[in-house]
Amino acid sequence: MKELFKRTAKPGEAEANATEQAKTEHNGPLPKFTWNQGSGAADAGSPPAKVSESKKPAKLAKIPDNLWTRCPACKELIYTKELENNKKVCQKCNHHFRLKARERINLLVDEGSFEEINSNLISADPLDFVSLTEPPYPQKMAEVRQKTGLNEAVITGFGQLQGLPLGLVVCDFSFQGGSMGGVFGEKLVRLVEEAIRRRCPVLTVSASGGARMHEGLFSLMQMAKTTAAINRLGEAGLPHISLLTDPCTGGVFASYASVADIIMAEPGAFIGFAGPRIIEQITKQKLPTGFNTAEFLLEHGMVDRVIPRKELASTLEILLRLYGVASAQIANQKEASYAR
Amino acid sequence: MPGRFNVKKRLGDRANILPKIPKETEVNSVEEILPEASIPAHEPEHDQKHEKEHNSKQKPHSPAWERVLLARHIERPRTLDFIQALCDEFVELHGDRRYGDDAALVGGLARFEGRTVMVLGHQKGRNTKENILRNFGMPRAEGYRKALRLMEHAAKFKLPLLTFIDTPGAYPGKESEERGMSLAIAENLLELCRLPVPVIALVTGEGGSGGALAIGVADRMLMLENSIYSVASPEASATILWRDASQAPAAAEAMKITAPDLHKFGIIDAVIPEPPGGGHTDRPSLMITVREFLLRHLAELEQDYIGRGVEGIRAMLDARYEKYRKIGHWAELSNSKDN
Ligand SMILES: [Zn+2]
Repeated sequence: MKELFKRTAKPGEAEANATEQAKTEHNGPLPKFTWNQGSGAADAGSPPAKVSESKKPAKLAKIPDNLWTRCPACKELIYTKELENNKKVCQKCNHHFRLKARERINLLVDEGSFEEINSNLISADPLDFVSLTEPPYPQKMAEVRQKTGLNEAVITGFGQLQGLPLGLVVCDFSFQGGSMGGVFGEKLVRLVEEAIRRRCPVLTVSASGGARMHEGLFSLMQMAKTTAAINRLGEAGLPHISLLTDPCTGGVFASYASVADIIMAEPGAFIGFAGPRIIEQITKQKLPTGFNTAEFLLEHGMVDRVIPRKELASTLEILLRLYGVASAQIANQKEASYAR
Repeated sequence: MPGRFNVKKRLGDRANILPKIPKETEVNSVEEILPEASIPAHEPEHDQKHEKEHNSKQKPHSPAWERVLLARHIERPRTLDFIQALCDEFVELHGDRRYGDDAALVGGLARFEGRTVMVLGHQKGRNTKENILRNFGMPRAEGYRKALRLMEHAAKFKLPLLTFIDTPGAYPGKESEERGMSLAIAENLLELCRLPVPVIALVTGEGGSGGALAIGVADRMLMLENSIYSVASPEASATILWRDASQAPAAAEAMKITAPDLHKFGIIDAVIPEPPGGGHTDRPSLMITVREFLLRHLAELEQDYIGRGVEGIRAMLDARYEKYRKIGHWAELSNSKDN
């Protein structure tokens, strides 16, 4: 498996840390690889950083935040560079840390191959939303954009995986919980429509709490809109591969992310229709550990595979090649028969 | 009634968990919402009590909240009432042929204005016993899979599909997760996107989140004047947005969940007027109006698309795609970082 990743890196840089790779891979704005750094980082104050800071014992306070990361699962301190070299998977307990959308894309596609589309779309305020406690929705979103360095909760674009073309729709949970509103839906649909034009398979990577509240029923309707687009992708004979990552619940899990030819989930990811607290409230039952995890879904026949992060790229490559051969054959046959 | 006891108990529990909701779930929809939405339909007496408890916090006059109360009114006609009143014959079909039969979602073959149709709808009860049987109108995965089976049945025999939406939401229980609730809903959305027969959906009471949409992707989307349709119930919305379920009336206003609002947004195609005081006050006249609306929209779809063979069906599905394709708003940053 490891060779696959080495091929994407420059000679001698196979073990270079991800931030360095990112710098060489992208022109323009640097991807955000800084969530464990202290204040001054573009996304300082994001939830994971807070958690790791608050749990750090006082005696460790002198250690710079960006050097060490505490694993929330096994509580071990990990050298951050080591963690990033291992695709943000804890080497001690295999805990898969959440990835930001750009981190995910950089880990997956060939260096320099990613071409983002529609990055300039930002949310409007269709309800003219009046909140009791928050600033107006447009202002709130402006703050979230500022804080995250993202324009929306999803990044869409095209890249190559070992030279194979792939459309990508990648959620970023740090942007308002990866919630799906009008922009999310529109970006996904535009990506899928473009993928159909390019005859290109689509990978969606989902991490979302569900629908964006502030856009009301417009958000709910994105479930139909995105599913309709995936339907068209299927009608065009192109595969949709869905990767469910931590956490994935609600309107995203109950729409496009679940209508895929292949559904895979990252180890340990929380994936469910509802959250465990809510189910306990409703049923008055204590839920067993591991309920609504990726492994739970596999056990109940709801996903094709639980896929460790280090195997993702190679598995996708194999799948794309398998589909590529098949679809090329079918396409040739069709052309031949239509020619009559 | 014991049903009300349940409601209070659940409200109490919910209040207890409010402070524990972590920040990252603030925007969550279904995770928080459906469960909240799944609080059984508020019976009028209960709402009065509840309002007294929170009187100081609630706005006294909220037109949207009044509609919420009407949409949940215990006397409001249920799906089987509509089917009985609108259809000449009805044979209910049970079960998903996979796991079980869900009484919270009913369906079957019927005759409407001379033609055979497939009807589907959420079914609430009118008393405690019925509500337990019907699970307060909250289907489980097997309910949605029954719906899927009947959709496929409609496609096979080229029968128009009429759906009646009235649910607080899909049931967020343990068994729902075990049986793949999210997949069941998503698969219904997919099926409705490509179902080659006319589909008309009518929100009769509560249109609660994904559990409503799962039978509500349609060529024509109608709402009764006092029905509501929301991404999350007002109580859930208030909890998620402001961590205070008692602000449900304010949430009902802010979320724009009434039929007139949604019609203005272009999300629904028509608002069906109700008799003064709500549909339950004069059921016969309500049914006459509903019949007129359903017939007109169905006749239009048949005239526009059916009878033109494959080409007509394709045009209908294209129009359905475009209908949802254009829902949503956005702005564009001019100083884009890339592109
Ligand atoms: Zn660990």
